[in-house]
Amino acid sequence: MALLFKITNSIINQIDEFFDVVDQGILVFKQGVNNYLNNDKQSFADNIITIDKLEAKADVLYKSIENTLYTKSLLPQFRGDVVNLLDKVDDIIDLAKENLYQFDIEQPKIPEKLNLHFSRLVDISVQSAESLIPAARVFFVDASAVKDKLHRVFFYEKEADKIANNIKRMLFHESDEIILSEKQHLRYFALHTENISDCAKIAAKILTVMAIKRDL
Amino acid sequence: MIFIFLTSGLFLAWSLGANELTNVFGTAVSSRMVSFKKAAIIATIFIILGAVFQGNGTSNTLVELGTINAIAGAFTVTLAAVITVFLMRKYRLLVSTSQAIVGAIIGWNLFTGNTTNINSLSNIVISWILCPILGAVFAIVLFTMLKLFLKKVKIHLIKLDSFIRYGLLIVGAFGSYSLGANNIANVMGVFIPSVIIPKIEIFGIFILTSSQQLFLLGGVAIAIGIFTYSKRILQTVENDVLSLTSESALVVVLAHSLVLFIFSSQSLSNFIVSIGLPAIPLVPVSSSHAIIGAIIGIGILRGGSEIKLNVIGQIAIGWISTPLIAGTISFFTLFFVNNVFQQPVAKLDNKDLIKDIYKNENIIVKKDSIYKVNLQ
Repeated sequence: MALLFKITNSIINQIDEFFDVVDQGILVFKQGVNNYLNNDKQSFADNIITIDKLEAKADVLYKSIENTLYTKSLLPQFRGDVVNLLDKVDDIIDLAKENLYQFDIEQPKIPEKLNLHFSRLVDISVQSAESLIPAARVFFVDASAVKDKLHRVFFYEKEADKIANNIKRMLFHESDEIILSEKQHLRYFALHTENISDCAKIAAKILTVMAIKRDL
Repeated sequence: MIFIFLTSGLFLAWSLGANELTNVFGTAVSSRMVSFKKAAIIATIFIILGAVFQGNGTSNTLVELGTINAIAGAFTVTLAAVITVFLMRKYRLLVSTSQAIVGAIIGWNLFTGNTTNINSLSNIVISWILCPILGAVFAIVLFTMLKLFLKKVKIHLIKLDSFIRYGLLIVGAFGSYSLGANNIANVMGVFIPSVIIPKIEIFGIFILTSSQQLFLLGGVAIAIGIFTYSKRILQTVENDVLSLTSESALVVVLAHSLVLFIFSSQSLSNFIVSIGLPAIPLVPVSSSHAIIGAIIGIGILRGGSEIKLNVIGQIAIGWISTPLIAGTISFFTLFFVNNVFQQPVAKLDNKDLIKDIYKNENIIVKKDSIYKVNLQ
């Protein structure tokens, strides 16, 4: 009995740590994009190193949680859903890391007039992912409270869509000074940033169904 | 010779062990929350304990319904129940061993010309109807309480999983005890008036009476059924009524166990009488019906749309069809055993004497006073 509770406590701590790591990763992504926009190269480089470590840590934790849940036959009715949820949450930090690398490798030339819009896009997109973390945490202790927290994810995801579309519209309708190849290049960066909130939305949908199932 | 006559009861006990473990540990084992080995060991210990220490109450009711005072009669009646259970399971019909044995006893009463104790019969039938209803009521109350409790304490899902794992073991042990106490009458109860074994004193601490020794033997046969065949059934049987979460599975097993316990506890019945309420009839009821009732209770809480209503219809049909089939088979097999094998299926109908023997276990002295009559 003591052994089972030891395993239980260990996996609860791992799940908490996993969410902490993803949460930090999202913040680092936000910081990184803003540092890129502000041309703060040193801080941006630090952000890349940090997100690299956080992403690797999230992967290790995810694998360990998945392994323990299956090998110790824990949560037989929910482990598939829980593992799927953690996988989708892990996708967020994976995408955040990939996006920062793309900024680093491709060095998009963001015109001054779009700086504020990109900064706002990353803020809103990250807020969507940030809102997902407390909802995912609360699922484990009070499934009925999940719904109240998830509506923010969907709200910010829609907002991020609007801002991204606005950026694209500005690029193609109001920016004659930018050549087409650069427009297309910047369009993809708006899309990549927006994708963080899309990832959060996918996880939120899974969480909604899980909360309903748990409440039965 | 006695052992040969006991084989029908022992086979029924084996079948009970093979099939009924699903009701107590089915969800726990199939979801791998509890290993089969652990479940089988706990079930064996507690079924035997329940049978030996609390099996008398329900057995008394069966003896009152029909005091089968010849061992060949008891063998045949149990055999009729075995055939009924086997045939109905073969055709995938919902069958209750309790209903089969009661039908077979009534068949014996009809064959031997004994009057069926209407009071006992009505108690039994009322209990059969109450069994799934009580299962549903208990499940609704327990599940609502559990949900409110969980809402208040907010236990982490993984910690809750561990608690449920241990809860399923404890409730499974209680369920096994109640199953042994309630259902041992079905397999060994009819042999009590005819099989008389001297008392055994164990280490001077407690005495095993004749009926307790029979129950112990039945309990061992149930255990063999659990270890030899129940794993196969556990792996193949699915819950036909509703899909359950682990919390609801815990509640369902607890509700089922409470129903079986209520209908087999003499002390509880005495307590109820002491506070001025009518006594609880101690009747062997169907473990499966109690489980189905409890599952339906959970379904009602979920809005009722998921419940497969044909199962309720099957239960209601079983109340009539199972005793009817068992009674008919019992009547004809008794005729066959009595006329072809020339085995006496009944002795002098002296119910008072038999009851006296049964109650006092004063076996050796009065054994000679029972004598055989030719039914023809």
